[in-house]
Formats: sequence, C-alpha cells, structure tokens
Amino acid sequence: MRPFEFQRAASESEAIAAAAAGARYLAGGTTLVDLMREEVETPEKIVDINRLPLNYIRATDEAIVIGALARMSEVAANQDVRRLQPLIPETLTEGASPQLRNVASIGGNLLQRVRCPYFRMLDAACNKRVPGSGCSAIDGLNAGHAILGSSEHCVATHPSDLAVSLVALGATLSLKGPRGERTIPVEELFRLPESTPHLEHTLEPGELIVEVHVPNGPYARKARYLKVRDRSSYEFALVSAAAALHVENGIIKEVRIAAGGVGTRPWRMNAVEQALVGKPAARASYEIAAAVSTEETRPLSHNGFKVKLLPATIVRALEMAGDVA
Amino acid sequence: MTTAIGKSLSRIDGRLKVTGQATYAAEFNQEGQAHAVIVGSTVGLGRIEAIDSAAVEKMPGVVAVISHLNAQRLAYNEHRGPIDPPAGERLHVLQGTEIRFFGEPVAIVVAETLDQAEHAANALKVTYSARQPQVDAHAGERVIPAVARRPGARAEADVARGDADKALETAAVKVEAEYVIARENHNPMEPHATIAAWNGDRLTLWSKSQFVANEQAEIAAIFGIPPENVQVNCPFIGGAFGTSLRTWPHVTLAALAARHVNRPVKLVLTRKQMFFATGHRPYTLQRIALGAQPDGKLISIAHEGAGETSRYEEFMEALTSVTSFMYSCPNVRTSYRLIPLDASTPTYMRGPGEASGIHALECAVDELAYKLQMDPIDLRRINEPQIDEGRQVPFSSRSMLKCYDLGAERFGWSRRTPEPGSMRDGRLLIGYGMANASYPCLFAPANARVRLLPDGTVEVEAAASDMGPGTYTSMSQVAAEYLGIPVERIRFSLGRSDFPATPPHGGSMTMASVGSAIRAACLDLQAKAAVLAAKGGGNAGLAGQSPEALEWRDGMLFVKGRSDRGVTYADLVSYGGESPLVGEGTAARDAETGQKYSMHSFGAVFAEVAIDPDVKTIKVRRALGAYGVGRVVNPKLATSQCIGGMIGGIGMAIMERTVLDRRNGRPINAHMADYLVPVNLDTPHIEAHFVDEEDTIVNPLGVKGLGEIALVGMSAAVSNAIHHATGRRVHELPIMIENLL
Ligand SMILES: Cc1cc2nc3c(=O)[nH]c(=O)nc-3n(C[C@H](O)[C@H](O)[C@H](O)COP(=O)(O)OP(=O)(O)OC[C@H]3O[C@@H](n4cnc5c(N)ncnc54)[C@H](O)[C@@H]3O)c2cc1C
Ligand code: SF4
Repeated sequence: MRPFEFQRAASESEAIAAAAAGARYLAGGTTLVDLMREEVETPEKIVDINRLPLNYIRATDEAIVIGALARMSEVAANQDVRRLQPLIPETLTEGASPQLRNVASIGGNLLQRVRCPYFRMLDAACNKRVPGSGCSAIDGLNAGHAILGSSEHCVATHPSDLAVSLVALGATLSLKGPRGERTIPVEELFRLPESTPHLEHTLEPGELIVEVHVPNGPYARKARYLKVRDRSSYEFALVSAAAALHVENGIIKEVRIAAGGVGTRPWRMNAVEQALVGKPAARASYEIAAAVSTEETRPLSHNGFKVKLLPATIVRALEMAGDVA
Repeated sequence: MTTAIGKSLSRIDGRLKVTGQATYAAEFNQEGQAHAVIVGSTVGLGRIEAIDSAAVEKMPGVVAVISHLNAQRLAYNEHRGPIDPPAGERLHVLQGTEIRFFGEPVAIVVAETLDQAEHAANALKVTYSARQPQVDAHAGERVIPAVARRPGARAEADVARGDADKALETAAVKVEAEYVIARENHNPMEPHATIAAWNGDRLTLWSKSQFVANEQAEIAAIFGIPPENVQVNCPFIGGAFGTSLRTWPHVTLAALAARHVNRPVKLVLTRKQMFFATGHRPYTLQRIALGAQPDGKLISIAHEGAGETSRYEEFMEALTSVTSFMYSCPNVRTSYRLIPLDASTPTYMRGPGEASGIHALECAVDELAYKLQMDPIDLRRINEPQIDEGRQVPFSSRSMLKCYDLGAERFGWSRRTPEPGSMRDGRLLIGYGMANASYPCLFAPANARVRLLPDGTVEVEAAASDMGPGTYTSMSQVAAEYLGIPVERIRFSLGRSDFPATPPHGGSMTMASVGSAIRAACLDLQAKAAVLAAKGGGNAGLAGQSPEALEWRDGMLFVKGRSDRGVTYADLVSYGGESPLVGEGTAARDAETGQKYSMHSFGAVFAEVAIDPDVKTIKVRRALGAYGVGRVVNPKLATSQCIGGMIGGIGMAIMERTVLDRRNGRPINAHMADYLVPVNLDTPHIEAHFVDEEDTIVNPLGVKGLGEIALVGMSAAVSNAIHHATGRRVHELPIMIENLL
C-alpha cells in the first residue's frame, strides 16, 4: 500500500471540497481499500465520508429513498424496502458475503470496480488501470467478460448486482458537487468503455452520490433477481437478470428487464421488454422475447456460453417474477 | 480398563482454536523481527537481465533487497525426503538468473513493517528476457518417469496382465473415454508462513509444516549445516491438504533473509503467492477403455494416465495404480507418463493420484453400466475380486460389498430410476450417482516418547502434526488406552523437530504409524514400571512379583486378576530416583507383511445432484460415504474428516481449477473470489458411515487410515449423478454451468 493522506469529513460541503481538490471518497472501503492494498488504486488523499448523515432509508408512496451510506445489509433487512421493493433485498443478499454487506455502502456498490483479473495484476497490460497499455483479456482468458458493450480497448463487465436491479426499476441518483445538485437515472451513471475504459462513470470531479430514489412502479412487487453462477454464494454473476412485471388479466402491461454479467455496464433489455408488452404472461412469450436479447452480443474466445445463458436466465427470471403472488 | 479408543471425544484443542489461543506459525513474533516480502517473476520462462534495487533500498523502512546479485551462495547439499519427487533437483532460490515458471522468486525485500516491505516489493524494477513458456499439458510431450526407466526400478510406468487390447477387440460391450482434470491448488485457510531466527549458526524456524523432521533436514542440507543446528516448531496447522508436506522455497528465503539482515525475519505468503511455488494437484489427462461380456463381467481394462510436472523435478503420484486391483478382470493394462511443463512442481493434494485416477475409472464403469443396462452397483458386485489380482496376493481386509450394502441402504439408492432425466423435484432435474473409493494403508517408521510424571500425568511426544484430523486428540486416546488411564491425564505434544521423528503427516499414515509408535512407547513404559515395582518400587506391595504377572488397570499396577496392593504411577516415579519414568517406542511394518498382503481402505460414495433445467446450476444436495477403514479411533473426528474430504471432492467435481494464461503461465484466478471452493450453501447434507472391519494385519492398532480416502471417488459420484440427471457425460473436471448449456 502507498502512503496517503487521510481526512474525515464532518459535512457534505467539506467532503465535496476535499474531493474536488483530488481526494477519493471512502465509504465502506471494501472496493477502495482492497485495491489500494494491491496498489491498483493509488490515491494520494482519502476523505472518509462515513460521518455524513447519509445512512437512511425512507419510504413514501411514490418511492423508496436510500441514502448513499446505507449499508447493503441494512437495506436488505429494511421492512419497507422488503414490502415495496422486494427486488432490492433479493439482489443485495445475492451479492458478496454477509461480512462484506455489513460494511459495504449503496453508493460504493454502484462505483465498485471491475473484477477482470488482469485489472488487479500490476504487471499485466490493462487499459483501465494504465490507459494505452493494452488489454490483456481480449487475447487472454475472458470467460467472465462481456458480450455486450465491449470495445477493442476493454471487455470487462460491470460487477454490481444492485446496479442491474436499479436500472431495471428506473431508479435515479441525487448528486451533489462543487457546481451544485443534479439528478440522473442510474443507467446514466455508467459509461461504455469505448476508447477510454479508465473513465467508468459520469460523475464530475468531486461529485458525491447522496441518495438513490427507487420509484414504486406497478411492476415493483412482481419482481425477481436471478443470479447464475458456479457456486451458490460469494461469487459474481456469470449472468444475472432482474425482471419486473406488471400483469393484468394475464397480459403483460409493463415490464422491466436488465441483465448483469454480460455487459460493460448494467444492461437494460429494451428490445426484450418491447417484445413482451401486450403478450400473455407465460413461458412461451418469455422464450420468444428472450431470444431477442442476444441480437447484439459479441462473444470473445471463452465466453460464448454467455450467449446461451443470457436468454435462459431472462426466461427463468421472468417466470420467477410471474410466479410472485 | 479404560477404553479410550473408539470414543467420540471432542477435540482437545478445540477450545484453543475457537478462542484464538492456538498459536500458528506466523504468530510466533520475535523481538526485533523484520518483515520479508517475495518478489515473483512476471515472466514464465527466461532470465533476469537486471535488478535495479538502488531506489528501493532508500524507501522508508527498507532493510535489505536480496536477489541473486547479493544473496548468500547456498550449499544445497543432496537431500531427498520421502515427500520429495524421486527424480530431478529442487528449485534453488536466488542463486542465478534463470526463470523456470511464472512467479518464481527473484528477490526478497526486507523492511521494518509489512506495509513497507509490500510497497517496496511492488516498486522493485526487474528486467527480464522472456521466452514463450509451454504450460499446455495437451500439447506437451509425454515421458516415462525416470525412476521407471532405471534398471530394476521399484516404480513401474507400465503394468499389464493378460492382453487388454486384444480382449477389448472381442468384448461384446465397450466403453472408451478420455478424462481431463484441471490443476487444483490446496488453498488451506492458513497461508504458508515462516519466522526464522538465527543464533550464531543455529537456526530456529516457526514454520507451517506437515513434516517438521524433514523441514529440519532439508533446511540443514540447503544451508550446509548439521541438522542438530536447525529447530523447527509448528504446534498448529490451519489446514494444509498436502501443500505443507514439502519444504518450499519460501522457508529457505525466510532463513536466508534472516541471516542476511542478521535479525529474525517473518515471511508470510499472500494468497496469490500460494499459487506459484507451493505445489498443486497436477493437471491430468487419462484414457480408459473397458470391455465386458454381456453379463457384465469385465474382460478388459486399459488405463493410460499422464500428469503435468515441472521441467526440473518429476512429481509422481498413484494415478493408475488402483486400476490393477479394484475389479476382477483377466486383462488389464495401465500406463503412467509425465508431461514436463514450464511450471512449478506439483505435489500431493488430498487423495493424491487415487482421486484423479479413480475418477476416470469410476466414471467409465458407470458408463459401462448404462451400456449394459445394469445397475451400477450390481455391475460392481459382479466384478468384485477375491484377491488383489494385480499382485496376486490377498487383501488384508476388503469390505467393498459391505460398503455397497450400507451405503445404498442409507442413501436410498433403491429409489433411483435408472433412466437419465427421469427423476425430478418440481422443475429440478435430480440425479443419483455413486463410485468406489480406495486408498492404500501407508505406513512408515515412527517414534514416540512417553514420560510418566510424579503427579501421575503422562507426557507423550512425537514430531507429528495436526493439520485438522485431530491428531492431538486421537493420539491422546491411544496413549490413554494402552496406559489404562483417563485421557485427561495425557498431554500429547507434537510439531517439534527435536521430538522423536515421525513420517510426514500425509498419506493417511499418521494414526497407523505414530499411533503404533505411541502404543509401543506405552508398553515400554509399562514394562519398565513393572520391573521397578517388582524391585520393590512404589508402596513395595508388589515387590518380588515377576513383571509378567502384573497388569495395569485404571492407572495402577496390580497382580493380574487381583485388586489389592495396587501401585500407582506416581508411587513408582519417585522410586529409585529415576524421575520421570520414560518409555520409548518405535513402529515399523515388517517387509514380509507388505509382500504377503495388499492393504487398502475401501469405500462406496454416493451423491445426489439437482440441476436447474434452464440455467444449469448444479447443486449437490446430498453426499454419503460408507467406508471400511479398519478400527476407528474416534468416530466423531473420523466423521468430520470424511465430511471435509467429501466437500473437497465436491469442489474437485464442480468448482476447483487453477487457470493458466498460456501466454506467460500466469495463474489468473489466484484469489479466493476467483478460485472457487464450496461455501456453506454448496455444502449439502453429508453423512459418513463406517462398516465394522477388523484388520489385524495392517498394524497393531488395526487402523487402516482415513482422510485421503474421504476425497476419493466423490468427483466420480457427482459426475455420474450429473449424467443421471441430464443424460450428459462431461469428461472434464470441474463440471460447470458452461459444460451443460
Ligand atoms: C470478495 C468480494 C465479493 C464481492 N461480491 C459482490 C457481488 O457478488 N455483488 C456485488 O454487487 N458486489 C460484490 N462485491 C462488491 C461490494 O459490494 C462493493 O465492494 C461494495 O458495495 C462497495 O461499497 P463500499 O462502501 O465498501 O465502497 P468503497 O470501497 O468505500 O468505495 C468504492 C468506490 O466508490 C466511491 N464512493 C463511495 N461512496 C461514494 C459516494 N457516496 N459518492 C461518490 N463516490 C463514492 C469511492 O471513492 C470508491 O471509488 C464484492 C466485493 C468483494 C471484496
Ligand atoms: S478487459 Fe478492461 S479491465 Fe480487463 S484487462 Fe482489458 S482493459 Fe483491463
């Protein structure tokens, strides 16, 4: 680990000022400190935001509002969230491990960094870690990598489970920065790698995630998260899908689907959604619609299986959502 | 008479462990100790061109940067322990510029704190000239092991009886398949760790080791000092599975660094470094061909196996040996080859050789059962041998049939409908599978010392280890049994190289060998005590008796069959100034027994899997093993051994693999988040059962050994269950979702 300066912010403005001057926010530290120990991340200054009053969960008729410092385990256990937005607790408990979830924050979760093994190996070429150095994964081992949204510069998937469900649910983020406050859809937080994979998100320098708003859409209670992986816990998704259904008289009125483990960012499946609206909520419709999900996929040498697994995961997630009473 | 053997005692050291009071190698911090971090090669083959240490030496806290440029020239005297490969020469560290594999140590950075050492190690600039390493076992040349090429070789590469190939041609029913098993790393919880401290030319090591006696001898040979000058201590091991049998380069590096900086040095490997040079289960390639008559009788077995090794050593394991005696069959041919790669040397990993070899054999037998439309257990019963047909000698004991009965009954095998895909639980596809397991009853000379103290307690010492099976507890039970006193009065110590020497803590031979030595030491002590009593020791009540007329009961010596005039241990110790009273014991197996009998443990293992028909997730829902392992010293510990072993087998079946980047030989998943082992949720309901088995031939205790066998067979049982659930035969391990899509 490199020596660094440490500061504890007592207020949002203090934190934002420090970050605008180059400090990195520290929440639970499960991504940041881990990578600092491996010297993949080498910030010179850290500003600890854990004293800021951003650890809250509020429920209104329209939305669930989650402060950026709420812990994954707290959100997963919250009764209002469980009742109004069951997709979120299900997604959170499928991620990481209980120990990690006890310290990992919601804001940090969205900004966690990729799990591409080469990203963590200081001696391997990686455009994300050292821009312009090349990508070791494209001609190397890439079974875990993306089949959607990749570029010739980076093919790493976005690892967050929560982000997938928030994208499906149409959640938004409140941000505060040196130039004031703004709100963006969660989907717009993430950038495609294109030719600048080291730039992962659209936050401006010093901008702080304050809270997440999750609208209580009519589909919110008929929503499930399916995470497919080779062991039952403590593993990132090979492929995952969040599916939320609003069904009336057996006909799909509205549907939200996003997939994880396949894209360089959480991937909203708009075409699949369109193919489902107005169709019976039944496996046959799901299968026809899910087939659309692979249209733009571009597999690499080792991850071709994801092209088969993606539609299967979507079908099953929809079935599970359809079964929710 | 106390009967301590056979009791389900809880671990004597359990409380120490769960309360954090058990002290592991890395926790023996020494005054003034510095921290060392290894810098590993970032090329997989080539040589070091330059090391620029000047800048790093000036970094905060850095005490020394040690590389081939300034390292002490080490003696590396000849020494080949029983766990070292039979051919080749061990890796010499920091002695030259050649790089043989990715991650090979090229330097050590020593600093005041661990953080400083890590930071400095990351900053060290090493330039290499690199060549393309060959790490692909499929493309590698297959060679006959050197020890088998030697005239009069003990180990044979090719073994045959009858003519397997010709018989196969005429067989009515045939199965042929190739099996690939991934490289695995042991990944115990506790990382490798060594603290080294010199005092003049005497060296003390607190070092994670399953074989302290060998570590002492090996380090002495490497440094060219007398073994008496090296003391190795290792009271506890946080899991090892074979990775701490050999003395790997980091131990040498810790000692070398400590000498270089002239103060104690602590060196702990990172998880990533545990994938470089501390051994691994070799990647194996196997081909099996079976031929049978329409009634199921086997008439031909051909088994060709090959495993990776390094270019500098030939690691060998028993990949094909079980095939010659598992079934009755007139025509059997096995061959074993090595595939040298630009990689570090593999080593024994739980159930070594047998686990991989039996996997292939038992999957093929299951396939044959399907071709014959027979129940897999019935097929095995038909081919049950009366003797070891490979060596033409009887088994000391073999309870295979009893294991089928017990296992099938407890598992509910009769509920199985043979048609693949025919069993369901809701949407899930259910599969049942089973396989045979076997592991040899190994034995090696061992020694032990028993010391009777004036307070009537007994100290027992042996240079053994306890990597988890419960050696502390089970050895105390053996001593209690043979001394006839309560277990609470026994204090068993292990893990010191100055204790009586024992074999490696591996190969399931600790209880057989060390246990027998302890038994002998106890008997020796009793004989000495009886002589003392006969001379008038103790309360003089037994003076004048012949020692043979005396017997021990409840910690007292009596005239046989009488209960008066007893003499206690405590009475005796104070007599004649000989205090404490010491018994010494040695155990060895006579060569003739080994020649006359085939000695192995056997078992039948069962697994139930549930597979999601859409997304193909594989879940092992139940696992069960029925074993014939001779006498069970502590059923509770034995069961827990078996549960652990079966979980290891499940990992081997559906999760574990170390993946190498072909471009440079780098293990890319050297991380606990990426190298999958089963977590609690993957750990199903597991049962272990032991059939009654008395074996008076293997050793005086009648124990056949257990621990290794518990992993063996499970990967085949799971694979066979996956086939039963899905109709798919996957011939590669691990079997993962992508294989079933
Ligand atoms: C072994 C392991 C397994 C895991 N498995 C999973 C998994 O299966 N699924 C999954 O989804 N996740 C998984 N995770 C990731 C884990 O969920 C994240 O590490 C965690 O959520 C990050 O939160 P944190 O509070 O610890 O973030 P930190 O590490 O503190 O911060 C992460 C990043 O976010 C920035 N940041 C933090 N808070 C804010 C804020 N309010 N505004 C702006 N920037 C901010 C930090 O500067 C930093 O760059 C795993 C992690 C580990 C180590
Ligand atoms: S995929 Fe992205 S993160 Fe991985 S090596 Fe390539 S550039 Fe780096």
